[in-house]
Amino acid sequence: MERKSKTTGVVAGIIANLVIVEVDGPVAQNEICFIHHPESNLMAEVIKILGKNVYVQVFESTRGLKIGTKVQFEGHLLEVTLGPGILSRNYDGLQNDLDKMEGVFLKRGDYTDPLNRTIKWDWKPLAKPGDEVIAGSWLGEVPENGMPHRIMVPFKFEGSYVVKSVVEPGQYTVDDVVAVVTDADGNDIELTMVQKWPVKMAVKAYKEKPRPFKLLETGVRTLDTLNPIAEGGTGFIPGPFGTGKTVLQHAISKYAEADIVIIAACGERANEVVEIFTEFPELEDPRTGRKLIERTTIIANTSNMPVAAREASVYTAMTLGEYYRSMGLKVLLMADSTSRWAQALREMSNRLEELPGPDAFPMDLTAIITSFYARAGFVYLNNGESGSITFIGTVSPAGGNLKEPVTESTRKAARCFYGLNQTRADGKRYPAIDPIDSYSKYLEYPEVMEYLSQNVGESWLDSVMKTKTLLLRGREAQEQINILGDDGVPLEFHERFWNSELIDAVILQQDSFDKIDANCPMNRQKYMLEKVLDITDKKFSFETFEDVNGFFKRIINHLKQMNYSEWESDKFKTYESELEDIMKERLN
Amino acid sequence: METQAFQKVYTKITNLTKATVTLKASDVGYDEMALVNGRMAQVVKIMRDEVILQVFGGTEGIPTNADVVFLGRPPQLKVGEQLAGRFFNAFGDPIDGGPEVEGRTIDTGGPSVNPVRRKQPSQLIATGIAGIDLNNSLVTGQKIPFFADPDQPYNQVMANVALRAEADKIILGGMGLSNDDYLYFKNVFDNAGALDRIVSFVNTTDDPPVERLLIPDMALTAAEYFAEEKQQKVLVLLTDMTLYADALSIVSNRMDQIPSKDSMPGSLYSDLARIYEKAVQFPHGGSITIIAVTTLNGGDITHAIPDNTGYITEGQLFLRMDSDVGKVIVDPFRSLSRLKQLVIGKQTREDHPQVMNAAIRLYADAANAKTKQENGFDLTDYDERTLKFAKEYSEQILAVDINIDTEKMLDTTWDLFKENFSREEVVVRQEFVEKYWRK
Repeated sequence: MERKSKTTGVVAGIIANLVIVEVDGPVAQNEICFIHHPESNLMAEVIKILGKNVYVQVFESTRGLKIGTKVQFEGHLLEVTLGPGILSRNYDGLQNDLDKMEGVFLKRGDYTDPLNRTIKWDWKPLAKPGDEVIAGSWLGEVPENGMPHRIMVPFKFEGSYVVKSVVEPGQYTVDDVVAVVTDADGNDIELTMVQKWPVKMAVKAYKEKPRPFKLLETGVRTLDTLNPIAEGGTGFIPGPFGTGKTVLQHAISKYAEADIVIIAACGERANEVVEIFTEFPELEDPRTGRKLIERTTIIANTSNMPVAAREASVYTAMTLGEYYRSMGLKVLLMADSTSRWAQALREMSNRLEELPGPDAFPMDLTAIITSFYARAGFVYLNNGESGSITFIGTVSPAGGNLKEPVTESTRKAARCFYGLNQTRADGKRYPAIDPIDSYSKYLEYPEVMEYLSQNVGESWLDSVMKTKTLLLRGREAQEQINILGDDGVPLEFHERFWNSELIDAVILQQDSFDKIDANCPMNRQKYMLEKVLDITDKKFSFETFEDVNGFFKRIINHLKQMNYSEWESDKFKTYESELEDIMKERLN
Repeated sequence: METQAFQKVYTKITNLTKATVTLKASDVGYDEMALVNGRMAQVVKIMRDEVILQVFGGTEGIPTNADVVFLGRPPQLKVGEQLAGRFFNAFGDPIDGGPEVEGRTIDTGGPSVNPVRRKQPSQLIATGIAGIDLNNSLVTGQKIPFFADPDQPYNQVMANVALRAEADKIILGGMGLSNDDYLYFKNVFDNAGALDRIVSFVNTTDDPPVERLLIPDMALTAAEYFAEEKQQKVLVLLTDMTLYADALSIVSNRMDQIPSKDSMPGSLYSDLARIYEKAVQFPHGGSITIIAVTTLNGGDITHAIPDNTGYITEGQLFLRMDSDVGKVIVDPFRSLSRLKQLVIGKQTREDHPQVMNAAIRLYADAANAKTKQENGFDLTDYDERTLKFAKEYSEQILAVDINIDTEKMLDTTWDLFKENFSREEVVVRQEFVEKYWRK
């Protein structure tokens, strides 16, 4: 929606960040308005309209606001500005560039430009005069941190257009006109590198969205090996506090095989965001050799920032992701945590005095979460290229209880479930993803099965399934041992238990603070899994269960040292041959 | 009091509840402070010409014709070097009999620090308590609570930590503090000769509970003054945040808000985060570190207060009575310091992370062995050794009454490893075993 005339109104009521405005003209649901507080203009969004009374949620603190203050409605929804220069920026939930703000403390009503308007970009045209184009068609490209940043026909354009002219290759700012297109009525429209898009609408400038079929490597063994996420897939990580959600998310965003990483820190700790600010400029992307920060954009809406902006932040992140996906890039989107987003919805629903659903969350929570997850996905663009958004959100279930509304709603939306387990975390078995409760629906997709057998190995899927069975049998054996005692069960139970311990220690557990172990490429994962499965197939001879314990502890120690060693280095090989020697002692 | 000549006095209250009054008034700002018959109040809702005030001291005895004066300002605090060594109530008025503080007046509950202007916390805070320094090292700019049952000595441990932490200023925010505990803090700081480094904002159990809501903002405004302007290392102690949250729920209940989990307001997470996120490391060296206390109900951490707190703070510390050694220890399983990775093995000895993890893993094995023992099963030789290790580890390392430096903690742990285990059983990086395994 776009409206030319601007409606005005005055403040008639204030309850924290909910303000009631009496208006004199038309307003739209979710329209943006500015409240003219004497200190600064406060941005707000319409969330309910009752006759002349418009309820708006203010993205700032309303301290000192008075009745009668003037309000101006902007005639558009909450929008982000799209153009080259978004990568390596740190934005707040409304896409204000945090680095451009002055002073140590955030100032109310300080809105900064998300783009740099003076820097010149190295333009290369992709379209030529006479080409027929539609929303999302590529007109040209500029290199952004080594990535081709395509300049497109704005997503808002409807119908088809003909390219009239495109500027020559050269240096241009984002506001320079780079192309002129003619619409069906013969009107010429000048285009720059910048366009805007309302965050709560999905960008649909693609041809089709097939089911995801490729593996997205994350470098985290328990994900890639056991429950892989597909490129364009969705997953979520629920877990009680202290089970390593954030560390895991950071690990994935560091080493996943993506062109662009967008991190939405939604209502989380500021120091965790600072950790990304500090580490990502130092760390190298193992695939391109560039710094990680160059492919990353951070939406930092920390927990102490106003709650309405927190709600907006996940949408801002998703829209930026859709923008880069339309350029044919692989985007990884991480949101930490979607529970904080749901809580923001709850706070507003509460102030609106809506009848509450379960745990006082709004009744349409499931619908909101599901339609948000649906914006991720692998797409074929109109020009035949492909792009993707892989989305992984964390959930912070109250009291660690997975039967709460946010977890249950998310379970309906996401295809991968990475449940973090308190007992594993207590035992420092990180990542604490429960190998038995967690799942990846993608393993059931014939497309994905086909892809894995062609790209990883023909017997790979069998190995994965076998691993899962061994883990399950190990857990059953452990339960039996706990009930009947070490001596009360056959020796075989101990072997079963230790086989699962072996998989746990060598494959599932991974030290994300160790330089080498932190990132495990697929070929290495395959090698280690096959090595471990090979051991579980061997027949060893043991006299007592204590023999079993001692023996497995020794081989686990060696395999772990292999994980800590540079791939195929001398050290790695030494540990490997020592391992063979240890095993020989017990082989039949 | 603050009333001045020519201020408009309203005398017609239309609605009265236990905690709020409603009246018709104009030109009132949201969050503005007011006096209702001399009692402090704050604007919590405005609907056209109707203003609802929350009266901090309660409305007992307030008549419908009470004098209501609006002060035209949010809650404020006078800041200056003179704050040091003084005791104040929730409104920032002195309660130690001393004079008013001279200084600049600033609004409390101000904006948050721009995340890009923060620095990553990196300075270890040594406390001499191994359960903290070895297993859960604290870092300046961190926020961490003690999760404790009401009968545990959390205030004592916190006072010890504060005194050993070498902070430039210690700011105590006491909410619902019993008079005895208030005097305890006063004595401990006095005896340590540290009173001139301490600023206290105290709401005791004698004061109205809703006044507590102002304490964290007061304490943190003072903290920001010293940390940001004076570039000092400031340690803020908040005890007890559970009583703060209880006061929030009282107010939200009186305002007919729909409660969410455990009768707490739906905004509990945001309310707590606003306080805890004031912890910060500034690039110029000043810092605010928050150590809080959240008392638990029968150890239940799934209750909304500890649960929301756990998601905001950078870890939590649990105290536990270890009946095997008869001492209070910092529980190695449930305690966690999320920022320890920033300092351990960097500011402390290289083997610190691995030694810490190995010891905790062995301690966990001991817990399993203990369960086996309790269930009447035979123990293996390894089980026996882990039990012995766990006992010695509790006694010589974890007990809160021990005060040693990190190097000594690591050496002692290596000693215990050697006494009880083989090298393979310990599972530590080969190079560290070779270097530190006791010869």
